[in-house]
Amino acid sequence: MAKTIKEINERIKQGKAVVVTAEEVIELVEKKGVKKASQEVDVVTTGTFGPMCSSGCYFNLGHSKPRIKIGGGIAYLNGVPAYTGFAAVDLFLGATALPDGDPRNSVFPGEFRYGGGHVIEDLVSGKDIQLVSTAYGTDCYPRKELETWINIRDLNEALLFNPRNCYQNYNVAVNLSDKVIYTYMGVLQPRLANATYSSAGQLSPLLNDPYYKTIGIGTRIFLGGGIGYVVWNGTQHNPGVKRGENGVPKSPAGTLAVMGDLKQMSPEWLKGASFTGYGVTLTVGIGIPIPVLNEEILNYTAVKDEEIWTQVVDYSQSYPQVHAGSLGEVNYKQLKSGSITVDGKRVPTGGFSSYAKAKVIASTLKEWILKGRFFLTEPVSPLQSVDAGVTFKLLHERPLPKSQHP
Amino acid sequence: MKKKRIVLTFPPNLIDQPIAYHLIKDYDLMVNILRGTITPREQGRLLVELSGKRGDVDKGMAYLTGLGIEVQPLAQDIKWHEKKCTHCTACIPICPSSALALDREKMLVSFDKDKCIACELCIPVCPYKAVEIQF
Repeated sequence: MAKTIKEINERIKQGKAVVVTAEEVIELVEKKGVKKASQEVDVVTTGTFGPMCSSGCYFNLGHSKPRIKIGGGIAYLNGVPAYTGFAAVDLFLGATALPDGDPRNSVFPGEFRYGGGHVIEDLVSGKDIQLVSTAYGTDCYPRKELETWINIRDLNEALLFNPRNCYQNYNVAVNLSDKVIYTYMGVLQPRLANATYSSAGQLSPLLNDPYYKTIGIGTRIFLGGGIGYVVWNGTQHNPGVKRGENGVPKSPAGTLAVMGDLKQMSPEWLKGASFTGYGVTLTVGIGIPIPVLNEEILNYTAVKDEEIWTQVVDYSQSYPQVHAGSLGEVNYKQLKSGSITVDGKRVPTGGFSSYAKAKVIASTLKEWILKGRFFLTEPVSPLQSVDAGVTFKLLHERPLPKSQHP
Repeated sequence: MKKKRIVLTFPPNLIDQPIAYHLIKDYDLMVNILRGTITPREQGRLLVELSGKRGDVDKGMAYLTGLGIEVQPLAQDIKWHEKKCTHCTACIPICPSSALALDREKMLVSFDKDKCIACELCIPVCPYKAVEIQF
């Protein structure tokens, strides 16, 4: 029998809702079958905790006396440049931003010890952050310099706003070349000596709702330890990739743009990360509840690691040169076992998305719902799915004549 | 049979001494040199694993101390910051001695100091700087 989100919320309010994690639901379905399980369960909670580069935060500093128009000027937070192209005292800080003086890869491979992701972690931790800003000065905003400590508790608003998180599946990275390479998928040893992956597999939000039948714009979620919302599809949202019979994409597909109040969040679930030779980023914790509206939805949530397949991609040539081609398909059960076989060779595996932490997120969200602290939302609008005709475009370069370079 | 992983710090005047030779020849010890650094005219550091009969290992260590070499257990120079670790498992295929290990049931990473050979291969691999080695 079909349920509605309204009915599920009513059950949450009465303390009667049955909530299980995306891991627990697997066992439940094995024991009781899809039909029975779908009648019993109201919500399945998912989770993921991995590096997500398209993340950032914006905030309003409050006006100084006299006023300064940082908009169009320059601002640094703990030495990391923030984007100032808004009104007077609104700043955006991106996860991958680096201090001007960071050596980057000039001594290869660079360490990238501190950047935007780390500033966000420090801010959320309640640490004081150094703001250094210069502006050009106007009649209404005469001040030209501002150097001060700021703290998240004193900001008017502080919001996490991530244009692309929560990738639905991801590549497995290997290195076919003869030298070590340093990538966003970690340090890859030459001649296929290791493989890295980055997905929570059977716990990952969009792998449990492969066609976005419940997750949409307006879905309330666990974000960085607080409450957030899906605000749009993420950038590079690409629902049209090849899928298995179970509907699960076999390569990177859907993505989410998410947003939430940074002041509620916790450094446990927003962590700055340094990728040697690559850069800095932010590791983000996200948990999404899936309302069990019918048998079909429950069946999707019962997906297991061994039923989620992905592509093995060479990051020495194929990826950087954008050559299509997979070295083979593997599933998450194989990846988590510690090794996969590629080209007849046994290759040890390591991850970047923490399954252990994803589990904690799914359990935390479950607790919130059981305690009546978290209610589900009806999406305001669905995400574009397989039938929307979304195409994933490469940049079509139209080189400028030399004289037109700015 | 006793096995000990130690870090030896040599003062400048001992850098050119054949210490390993004496440990092997005079104390019947197996000397497995895992790592070494020498800063000219300053000091030398050696990470070695000594194995042999209990009495021999103790005597060999006394010989080193007697010479003026600082002897420290390796574990002192290695820290695993459990709070920084996110259990992502990136370090697992890299660690050659399985000091960093994974409980595949729970997908939780653990660290056994005594197995660590301070090779530092995990250092560039960990995005959270969870392992700290001062050698």
